[in-house]
Parts: sequence; C-alpha cells; structure tokens
Amino acid sequence: MVKKIDTTKGLPDPSEVMDEILGKYPTKIAKKRKKSLVINDPEGKKEIQANVRTIPGIITQRGCTYAGCKGVILGPTRDVINLVHGPIGCSFYAWLTRRNQTRVPEGGDNFINYCFSTDIQDSNIVFGGEAKLKDAVREAFEMFHPKAIGIFSTCPVGLIGDDVHAISREMKAELGINIFGFSCEGYRGVSQSAGHHIANNGIFKHVVGNNNRDRIGKFQINLLGEYNIGGDAFELERLFDEAGITLLSTFSGNSTLKSMEYSHTADLNLVMCHRSINYIAEMMEEKYGVPWIKISFIGAEGTAKALRKTAGYFDDPELTAKVEEIIEREMKKVNAVKNTVKPKTEGKLAMMFVGGSRAHHYQDLFREIGVTTVSAGYEFAHRDDYEGRDVIPSIKIDADTRNIENLTIEKDVELYRDDLAAKKKQLLKDGYNFSDYEGMMPEMTKNSLVIDDINHWEAEKLIEYYKPDVFCAGIKEKYIVQKAGIPLKQLHSYDYGGPYAGFEGAVNFYLEMERMLGTQIWKMVDTPWKTEPEIVGSFAINE
Amino acid sequence: MLLRHTTDKIKERKALTVNPAKTCQPIGAMYAALGVHGCLPHSHGSQGCCSYHRSALTRHYKEPVMAATSSFTEGSSVFGGQSNLLQSITNIFTIYEPEIIAVHSTCLSETIGDDLGQIVGKAQDDGLIPEGKHVIQAATPSYVGSHVTGYANMLESIVKYFARKSDKLKKQINILAGWVEPSDMRELKRILKLMKIKNVLLPDTSDVLDAPMTGKYEMYPKGGTTIPEITSMGDSLFTIGLGEWATRNAAIMLDNQCKVKFDIEDLPIGLQATDRFIQTLSKAGSVSVPESINDERGRLVDVITDMHQYFYGKRVALWGDPDQLIPLVEFLVSIDMKPVYIVSGTPGKEFGKRMEKILEERVPEAKYKNGANADMLLMHQWIKDNPVDLLIGNTYGKYIARDEDIPFVRMGFPIMDRIGHSYFSTIGYMGSIRILEKILSVLMDKEDATCLEESFELVM
Repeated sequence: MVKKIDTTKGLPDPSEVMDEILGKYPTKIAKKRKKSLVINDPEGKKEIQANVRTIPGIITQRGCTYAGCKGVILGPTRDVINLVHGPIGCSFYAWLTRRNQTRVPEGGDNFINYCFSTDIQDSNIVFGGEAKLKDAVREAFEMFHPKAIGIFSTCPVGLIGDDVHAISREMKAELGINIFGFSCEGYRGVSQSAGHHIANNGIFKHVVGNNNRDRIGKFQINLLGEYNIGGDAFELERLFDEAGITLLSTFSGNSTLKSMEYSHTADLNLVMCHRSINYIAEMMEEKYGVPWIKISFIGAEGTAKALRKTAGYFDDPELTAKVEEIIEREMKKVNAVKNTVKPKTEGKLAMMFVGGSRAHHYQDLFREIGVTTVSAGYEFAHRDDYEGRDVIPSIKIDADTRNIENLTIEKDVELYRDDLAAKKKQLLKDGYNFSDYEGMMPEMTKNSLVIDDINHWEAEKLIEYYKPDVFCAGIKEKYIVQKAGIPLKQLHSYDYGGPYAGFEGAVNFYLEMERMLGTQIWKMVDTPWKTEPEIVGSFAINE
Repeated sequence: MLLRHTTDKIKERKALTVNPAKTCQPIGAMYAALGVHGCLPHSHGSQGCCSYHRSALTRHYKEPVMAATSSFTEGSSVFGGQSNLLQSITNIFTIYEPEIIAVHSTCLSETIGDDLGQIVGKAQDDGLIPEGKHVIQAATPSYVGSHVTGYANMLESIVKYFARKSDKLKKQINILAGWVEPSDMRELKRILKLMKIKNVLLPDTSDVLDAPMTGKYEMYPKGGTTIPEITSMGDSLFTIGLGEWATRNAAIMLDNQCKVKFDIEDLPIGLQATDRFIQTLSKAGSVSVPESINDERGRLVDVITDMHQYFYGKRVALWGDPDQLIPLVEFLVSIDMKPVYIVSGTPGKEFGKRMEKILEERVPEAKYKNGANADMLLMHQWIKDNPVDLLIGNTYGKYIARDEDIPFVRMGFPIMDRIGHSYFSTIGYMGSIRILEKILSVLMDKEDATCLEESFELVM
C-alpha cells in the first residue's frame, strides 16, 4: 500500500515538494512559476499570480480564446448557427465535445448537433476569405433558416485581416436576421478566459436587450455561468420551477438566443461560474440596474444557501416558505445517501485542477462527504477567483488583458430599474451581499497548496507527494493520473455522468465517489506472482 | 430528431462545410510522432491547437497523449514565433527529457511565415539541443489537405531526419504504416513474423497508445520505433507503404535519400487488399507464404461463404479517410454488399479514380465524393433521399444512426464512445473477420429487435 501523508494534525507544510518542483526548472522559469504556487493561509491574505502567459514548452492544461468563446459560452445555445471561419479543425474539435445538454420543444430549432465551418484553404489565406465567408453565411441561411448566426474568427483569418464584424453587419442587412461576429482568435489573451470575455461582450452588444417583453413571473431571475454539462441546468430548472421563481434565461446551458434577448428584464442575476460570465453580470447591472449575487449550486449545502439567498432578495413570505419546504424535503433525501456514503469516504484526500470555478465549487461537495482537498487550482482563472473580488483594483492590467475590449456601458435611461437599485441599497444596509465573490483561497485549509495553471511536471510530482485518493481534472489528464494508480474524475465532462448540481446532483456525486473511491480494481494492478520467486522451468515449449 | 434540420433537398454548396468528414493536419502529425520511441510531439502555434489534438486523441485511445505547445500570444503572432520555439526546446529538454522533439506547425505559424527549419537550425547553432537529442520538424498547415496529410508530412520528416544509407545493406524491409490503430500495428508485426520477414515498422503506436496499467506512469512508454531502427531503414532492401495518402511521401523520401525502392499498397483491409499485401511481402522478402497465413485466409473465405446471405445486396454508407475507404469498399463489394454512398473530406483525385474502378461494374448506382464539401451532411442527405441498411464510419455517425434507425459499425477516427479499436485489429485476414463479425452483429441485432414474433429466428 502507498504511504499517505499524515493529515491528522492538519496538512503538512509542502515547501519541500515545492522546492523540488521548482528545482527542475531553468532559473527564469522557476522564478516565474514560484509566484503561481502558493501555500495557503486562509487568515493571512496571500497573493497568487494568475491569468498570465503560459511558458512556451510547458505542458499546460489550457486551451485557447476560441475555445472559451465558441466552445464554452456560445456552444450551449441551441437556436443559433455557430459558424466557424477558419480551417476545419477549430470547428471539428468543438463539435459536441462539451456535453452541453439541451431540451428542445416540439418544432424548436437545435443546431448543437451540427458543426459549421468555412473550411478555409490556402487560396483563402493568400487572397482573403471574406467572399467565402459571405457565401457560407448565405448557404447556411438558405438551407437552415436560422434566427441568428454567430461568426467566429480563428487564428489565420484574424492574421490575414478578414473582418468578421463588417461581414456580419453586411449579411445582417442582406438576410434580415441577427448576425454577429467574434474576434476570438486563439492567440488572443493567455487562455480560454479571454474568449469568455469576448463572448460576453458580443452577446451583450448584439443580443441582450433586443426584446423588451412584459413580465411573465413574480420573481424573475437569470442564471449566469451554468452550462448544463450532464444536465446540471435541468436539475436547477426543476428547483426554480417548483419554488415559483421564473428563470428567464440561462447563460448558457439549455438556452435559446431568444431568451437572452429579454434577459435584461430580470429582477436578479445569479452567478455560478464567476470567471466566465461576471462581465455580463456587471454590464447588465450598469445598463439596466439588475443586481447580481454570487451563488453555487454545487453541493447540497451550497444549493440550500443559494435558494435561501435568492428568496431573501425577493423577501416574500410565500416564496420563503416554499423554498424552506423544498430544502427540508430535499435535504432529507440528500442526508439519507450522505449517511451511507460518508463513512466510506471520510478522511480521503482530493486534488483538483480545473476550470475557473469548479476547482472551488467541488471542494464543497467533497467536504460534505468528509474528503479534504489538499491541493487545488484553476486552469484559466484570475486573481479574484482565488483571492476574492476585493483584489480587483490591485490587479495589474498587462498587454494581454488590454487586448480584450472593455465595453463602455451607459445607463439605459428608459429601461434602467431604479426600483432594483433602491432595493439593493436597502438590502446592503441589512447585510446582504451583492457583486461579491470571496474566491477559493479563504475557504481552503491552511497549508493546502494552491497552484495556478498547473502543468504536467508539477502534477506528477504532487501526485507522488500527496498520493491523493482522487484527482479531478480533464480529459487530457485523465489517463496520465490513472496510469499512476489514482482515479481521476473529470470535472469538465463529468466522465459522461451527472448531473452534479443541486440536491439530486449532490446525491449523484456522493454515489459516484462511493463507486470511485471504493473500487477494488486499483488493488489488482500488481500481478499475483510479482512477489514469488522466479521459476526456471524445464518444461518450456521451445519451437 | 438529433439532426432535425437535415432534409433530402440537396443544395450545391461552394463555401459551407457541415459535419465534416475530416479534421486538420497537426493532429495527424502528433499521432505519427507518438509512434516513435521517446518522442514528444510539439505544436508550434496557439495553446488551443495542442489542447484540442491531445483531447481528441485521448478520447479515441483512452490513454495519455503527451505533447507540448509554443503557447503563442498576440505578440508572437506579430513578431514571429521563433523565441517561443527556442524557449520551448530548452524547457522541454530540461523538464520533460525526451529523446526527440517532433515539432509540427499550425495554421497560425504557417500564416505568419515561421520557418521551422530555420528556427530548429538556430536552436542547433545556439546549443539548445543537448548532445544526442533530436528536434525534427514538419510543416503541417491546417488549411491544406486534412489530418491524413499531417500524418504523411510528419512521417516523411521522421524518415528524412533519421534514415541513413551506410555501406552495408540490411536484410530487412521497411513497412510504412498508414493511419491505423495500435492493434493494427501489432497485427502487422504478427503477420510479418509469420512470414518470417525482418522488418522495421514506422510509426508503431503499439505499446504507446495501448499501454498496460502498471500503477506507474511512464511519460515515454516502451513502444514506438527506435532511432537505430529508423536510421537502419536507409539500408533496407525495400519499402512497402500502406496507404497512398499517408505513406507515399515518406516512401519517396526514402528512395531519394537512401535509394530504397518502394511499392505503395492499400491498407490490408479485406480479402483482396490483404492478398495483395501478402503477395508483395512474399516478393519483397523472397519468402513463400506459410501455411498459417493460408489457413487464416481460408477462415476468412469460410466466414464469407457461411454468412453470404446476410451481406448480399445490403446498402452501405461510409465516411472516413481514403486509405481506409478504398480497401474497405473493395471488401464490401467482394462480399456482394452495396456501398452506395461514400464521402471523405480528404482531397486527392486518386480517390475518385479508385472508387470508379471498384464500383462501376457491381454498384453503378454508388455516389461518392471527396475533398471540399464532401461532408457527412451531404451523405445524410443522400440517405434521406434513398436509405441504406448499414453505416460504417467514426463516432459522429451515431446521430444519423439513431435518427434514421440504421445499424452502425464504428471504424475510423475518432471513435469516442466505444472501445475495442485499440485492442482488436481490423486489418489482415483475421482483422477482416472482425469487420464481418461487427457488421453481422449490428445487422442481426436489428433483425432480432424488429422482426415479427413469428419470424424470430433461433439459428441465424
């Protein structure tokens, strides 16, 4: 059996392994990486380096700006044709690989199962690809009659100067449907994060506010930063529905572009994944006066807290009573399962390196079944996702960040919700938190190791050091870690399981961990004859 | 309906590709490089390329797929990626310690005009490549050809860099493998062993992308063609390239560089293509075909005669890569199936010529197309117009299979939702039996599930 680190008196100081990791690097690299590895102290505020360039040659988890824009934010919306202007690969790799589930009503549009590309060729690189793009837009329109088309610029077309925005305007005028472009070339920014921001800007500019429809519910909300991986959004829709809360739009799990058009008529925005969507939350508040709160529906306790916080905002006795009724009923079910699972998982160790919020949220789920997170970090988050939004004013704006447009938002004098602004003011006085996110680090144990943009070398060393019972990351890491004898749970794709959000999601996750942490196969890796003396046979068959 | 917007109204398209039957060059370069022992592929471009390729290969193999990236930013795109690549080379040799770095370009670095040869030369001059270590490079612009082209380009580069002619001829032949699975590489080696022919197989992804679970992670698994083996290819008697698209460039390179004559054969999929492969091997190695191979062939023919009634006249739609599709379509025709629709996103005029020859006599109604706009949407539209009994292709076919209720056999790349391809070969006579078994299973499963109760058969 592998010898585990002793955690009975809290987590050990990992300085030694940190030094060992950094010792392998060339000096300059070591100096740079050192700032992204932080031994956590939840009391004393520590600064972590994040959202900076990955060092060339380092085997990173990160993807590109296009992946963040098309793959993450726009991908889950079903009634828009996402046309990728570039060589075939960009569109091919983002084709159905993110498990964004969607429920389509009878007769509704659903383009998620399709992959659209201009498949540009060398002649387009030489002579320009704009003509081909226009033809492709026309062909898509004639064949599929979509209500909207999004156009995504990729590395080579950005370099040759194809203007997806101008083409979008021209085609919009010609075809009479909403068409908009995204300059989300892969080389922009330092990770997917830049793509999130670009997508947020585009949706806000071209979609949000296009439909000022009348109220349809007493309590109208949007859910931001929930992408319906494995059906997470379905579980949350079920809860809102039962509570009598009207979910106008989700950005962007199980969503339609149409629903985003009237999302500004909500009374409140709930923000799940702070990293990928806080821009829209901020802009919607500036322009329309819709306040936002940070919540997490990962973990049963987090879900209860999020529902209570939402009800608290509306401050309606009937809603509050209904929410309490749901929580009580659901927690009973959750606790029944938790009580059978926890004795088997208590004391186990987890590590998680994923995304821009999941590495934080999933620690809650693990905590509920007694699993300690010894080391964690994000793939593409910023300092505020680690240290809390308080640090935003002190974040240095570098050249890569400056590359991403920051929209100037003006108050919409007609539609601005003064009533909500007043409500927010009052609630603030009562101690209700808005626009607030404390980040991952204050919630993590002392001496846990926080690492931004972890790479292959660091992960390998840390596995040796901590010998965790479960490692959470993505598909690229999955089989590397498992070859080392440690189960890996994918937190992008959920290993094709889920949902893990909400109460039912928590139950699913507990049971998944019971399976994963309890499987016998890891004990059968060694051959039974490994420890036996070698037999020199005299009956061997020789040909 | 999963593909609810697909209709039978076919519109001539000149710009829009929908549901492609190909992907881009660099992933092929990455896969080929993984078949060289101790080699770390490196993607010279944005991080996203490398991440996408690693993810796609990992989903297909369910194995670690390691590769590094130059992590371009906007600055590198403006000023060129030289410093990114030089830094990468230093970091990779220091931290990950491979024997070889196999650099491939991307659409980004190609568009800005980075010259990989010049940059690697500079790395050499600046002493960034440690003694005894190697950096090879291949230009793989994503806007030319397809993933198969990238495979072919990297294969050519590997041969060009390592293969050398000494004054001593080696009694061995070279086998350049087309884009096949680790299981197929293993099967090729088994066949060659049965034939008693000494050989070098390049690339060889067996024991790399089908590595056993040992509880210990090895960044460079034991498999892969070794440097001395590749070097010795220049002294071989003959080269057999398996697949026109994937291997011709490398075969020509070996001929030009080391004067090793070559023959390009189809991948040995099905009866006739395997026959040709065995005959070529027999000639190249000056060996007669052993009884054990005759027996395997006999077993394949036996299965075909036993089950012919279930194959006869069945209409099939296929998509994938030319090197696989050509022998596979030929095989289906030979067992009296009707491959009526065939698409491949990979361009090349040879495809149409070969298809015409294979199909004109026995399946004159067949429609086939490759290159621009030859995508799965077009094939699906043909199916909507006149249905088929069977689909053969990569995982993306499952959406058509469900919508149209058509039995589906997964072959090609990527297969992301089933296992088996890494372990059970579909080449040679034995692999062909596996193809038949898979076809029969899905056809018969449907028959069992849908036939009238009174027609339900115990024996089939």
